Amino acid sequence: MSVLLIVEHSNKEVKPFTLNAITAASQIDQDLHAIVIGNKSETVAKSISEIPNVKKVIHVDNEIYENYLPENFTPVITKYAENYSHIVCSANTFGKNLMPRVAALLDTSQVSDIIKVISPDTFLRPIYAGNAFATVKSTDKKKCITIRPTSFDPAATSGGSAEIVKGENGESFSSIKFIKREEVKSDRPELGTARIVISGGRGMQSGDNFKLITAIADKLNAAIGASRAAVDAGYITNDHQVGQTGKVVVPDLYIAVGISGAIQHLAGMKESKIIVAINKDGEAPIFSVADYGLEADLFEALPQFLEELNKLNTIQK
Amino acid sequence: MKILVAVKRVIDYNVQVRVKEDGTGVVTDNVKMSTNPPDDNAIEEAVKIKESGKAKEIVAVTIGEEKSQETVRKALAVGADRGILVKAEGIIEPLAVSKILQKIVEKEKPDLVFMGKQAIDDDCNQTGQMLAALLNWPQATFASKIEVKEKSLEVTREVDEGLEVIEVNTPSIVTCDLRLNEPRYASLPNIMKAKKKPLEQINASDLGVDTKPRIEQIKVEEPPKRKAGIKVANVAELVQKLKNEAKVI
Repeated sequence: MSVLLIVEHSNKEVKPFTLNAITAASQIDQDLHAIVIGNKSETVAKSISEIPNVKKVIHVDNEIYENYLPENFTPVITKYAENYSHIVCSANTFGKNLMPRVAALLDTSQVSDIIKVISPDTFLRPIYAGNAFATVKSTDKKKCITIRPTSFDPAATSGGSAEIVKGENGESFSSIKFIKREEVKSDRPELGTARIVISGGRGMQSGDNFKLITAIADKLNAAIGASRAAVDAGYITNDHQVGQTGKVVVPDLYIAVGISGAIQHLAGMKESKIIVAINKDGEAPIFSVADYGLEADLFEALPQFLEELNKLNTIQK
Repeated sequence: MKILVAVKRVIDYNVQVRVKEDGTGVVTDNVKMSTNPPDDNAIEEAVKIKESGKAKEIVAVTIGEEKSQETVRKALAVGADRGILVKAEGIIEPLAVSKILQKIVEKEKPDLVFMGKQAIDDDCNQTGQMLAALLNWPQATFASKIEVKEKSLEVTREVDEGLEVIEVNTPSIVTCDLRLNEPRYASLPNIMKAKKKPLEQINASDLGVDTKPRIEQIKVEEPPKRKAGIKVANVAELVQKLKNEAKVI
């Protein structure tokens, strides 16, 4: 039995959630190999080889892999899958897009978004927006698993020296063309891995009002999140959305501002260590998950919050 | 152009889901059921494309028990032309669903297949990608904008880093995000009309697809509850608690 982990990367760097997936994968089996498929991605293969949990790296490099299209990745992965009992990657938009394509061709019923490895064939996963946890056992010979990154610690990144083996290209898929990527660049911590997240909802009333949140995020070195309502209303871009159909975050501190707390939003943040809710509606469901609730008008509370924070000199970076 | 739209009947998104005491699943008796929300976006998009004159026919398909007819009827009421119910009992995993849909695609020969990006019950997010793999078609997942071209679609996809734009030739699969459009409501006259639209029923077993689950559901339990929090009187108290009690700032 051995595990093949699919590395998510930017052709230059390993994406952080790959490290969480490595931790989960090595809980399934210690014999963990990683596959890097990319274009001019030598530095990625090298970084992965230095991760102590990884025993071997398969590196497939060709210009057709520049934009990580699953149509091109899948033939490579299904070919190498022959030698492995488990294929694993993270359950973010990269893995969600790719893994089912692999699983279908391997005739395997994929187990999505696991939050715990109980045994090599049994896993815990949330269903119904996290309102229930299902313990599931895969009976397929080969298992395709995606893992919820925030449920596993990132693996150590140095000290290892796994062998890097050059792999063979697969066929190029002709009826798809990558056009462009509009990445939102920011100096802030990434939403998925930030220690503190402050999120705004419909109560923010406009995109401009998010500057109140930005000011506090700057002060706390926090990532900025949003409810679906705020994204739908155009206050902020989709990469900030927290919830069932957006991102799942598990920060030490989550501050929900002007967010009522629909089930779908709670699904993305209720595992946070400390939750603060600021809302003028005292009956809002968000208060039911908040460790500290402040029933107040956010337009008064946020400036005061910033002022109080400015009085403290011990903000951890 | 012909568009096949796959829809799923799920517990309504507003229902607080409860776990059964015996740990075998969640309570579905006397619980409001609806169309899986992003499947509504899939239907809406197909209808918009038809209204623009770029599609001739929309076929709505679902897989499930007899009652899933309602979900197909709703699709017919907002603009689908015909419906198909593939009857199957119990849990039908995404792999089996995609195999059934593959059979339907082989029969119907659509140019496009639309569906929601994920079902809000099992939260799997697999079926569209699996169907694309089985058909060897390109996939455009998590679509928030679709532009129909001559023999292709230009699709904007919502990804973790922001947005991505790809062009997929037809035939192709699109899985729809909630932001793709604003689904319309069915008007009463259209609901009445939908009752007369053709709805074909097929048994999954007649399609030669093995729907036996490959994943054993051992138990379903409630997630650990958060312990009750407190209300603070003002911002100063909040900051003091975060600093001295929770020690997170």
